[in-house]
Amino acid sequence: MSIASTAAQVLAQTEGLTGDEAKAAQGASSAGFAYGLAAIGPGIGIGYLVGQAVQAMARQPESAGTVQTTMFLGIAFTEALALIGFVVFILLKFV
Amino acid sequence: MLFAAEEGGGGLAFPPIENIVEWPAIFFEGNSLLEFNKIGVIHLLGLVIPAVIFFLAGRQKGLVPSGARNVAEGVIDFMEKQVVMPTMGAEGMRYLPLLISFFLYIFIGNITEVIPFFQMPANARMAGPLVLALVAWAAFIIVGVKHNGLGYFKTVLFPSGVPKALYLLVTPIELLSTFFIRPFSHAVRLFANMLAGHILLVTFSVLCIGVWGFKPTVVVELLTFPGLMLFTAFEIGVSLIQAFVFTILAAVYIGLALHPEH
Repeated sequence: MSIASTAAQVLAQTEGLTGDEAKAAQGASSAGFAYGLAAIGPGIGIGYLVGQAVQAMARQPESAGTVQTTMFLGIAFTEALALIGFVVFILLKFV
Repeated sequence: MLFAAEEGGGGLAFPPIENIVEWPAIFFEGNSLLEFNKIGVIHLLGLVIPAVIFFLAGRQKGLVPSGARNVAEGVIDFMEKQVVMPTMGAEGMRYLPLLISFFLYIFIGNITEVIPFFQMPANARMAGPLVLALVAWAAFIIVGVKHNGLGYFKTVLFPSGVPKALYLLVTPIELLSTFFIRPFSHAVRLFANMLAGHILLVTFSVLCIGVWGFKPTVVVELLTFPGLMLFTAFEIGVSLIQAFVFTILAAVYIGLALHPEH
C-alpha cells in the first residue's frame, strides 16, 4: 500500500494538484491497487477449485450433481475475499 | 478517458456512483419512512410475484399441472434436489418454504438488472441483502437453539476434541466467524456481486453511447456493443447463480445448526 500512496503522491506533485484533488488521486490510485491485490488470491483459488471439480466430474460422472453443488459453495466462499476487495475499492474511490 | 480528452471534455465520462444507484422517489417524496422509489417497487414485485404464482398453483386441483403450477413445481423440485437434500437431508424439508422465498425474492431482485425500464438490481443496495442475511442469521440461531437447546452455543463455541488450552484461541475465532462475520459476508457476497455487475453494464453502456454518432470513434462500437450484449447475457447467469448461492449458503448454515457437532 505504501507503493500505491507514494505513486499517488508523485502523481499529485507532478500535476500540481493540491488538497482534495491530491486526496482523490491518492484514493483512486490505492483503490486500483486494493482491488488488484484482492483479485490475485481468489483468482488462483477459483481456478484451482473449478479445475479439480472438472477432474472429479470427468472421473466420476455419476457424482456430477454433488460435486457441482459443493463447487458452487466453494466458489462462494473463495469469491468473498475478492468481493470484499471490490467493496474496499468502492469505498476508496467513491466515498 | 482517451476519447474525452480528444473531444475536449465531452463524450465519455463515467457518471458518479450516486447517479447509478440512487433513484428519485415516486411517492411520498421527502418522507423518510414512506418514501418509495424504484428499489421499493422491485422489492414489492419480489414479494407479490412468487405469492401470486404459488397462490394460482395451489388452486389447481387436477393431476396434470399447467401454467403457474409448472413454475411452482419446477422451483420446488429444483430447490429440493439441488439445495435441501445435499445440505440438510430429509429433515431439512421443513425449511424448504423459507429457502424458496429467499430464492425467488433474490432472483427477482437480481434479474431486474437486465430488464428494460428497471435496469437496476434491487440487491445492489446494501439494505436488501443485509435484511435477508439477518433473516438467515436469525433462522440458523433459532433452529440451533430449538434442536439442541442452549447447548448449541456450547457446541459451536467449544468444539469437542480440542485441547483445553486451545479454547483460548478457538472460542474467540468461532464466536467471530459464526455469529458476526458470517451474516456480514453472506450479505456482502450478494451485494458486491450485483453492484459489480451493475457497474459493469453501466460502463459498457457509457462506452456504447459515448462513441456513437458520425465521428471516427464509431468504429469502437464494433467492440463495445457486442461486449454489452455479452455481459448482459453473463449477468442473467450471475443473477441466477447468486440467488442460488445465497439460498444454498442459508441452507448450509441451517444444516450446521441442526447438527453442530459435525
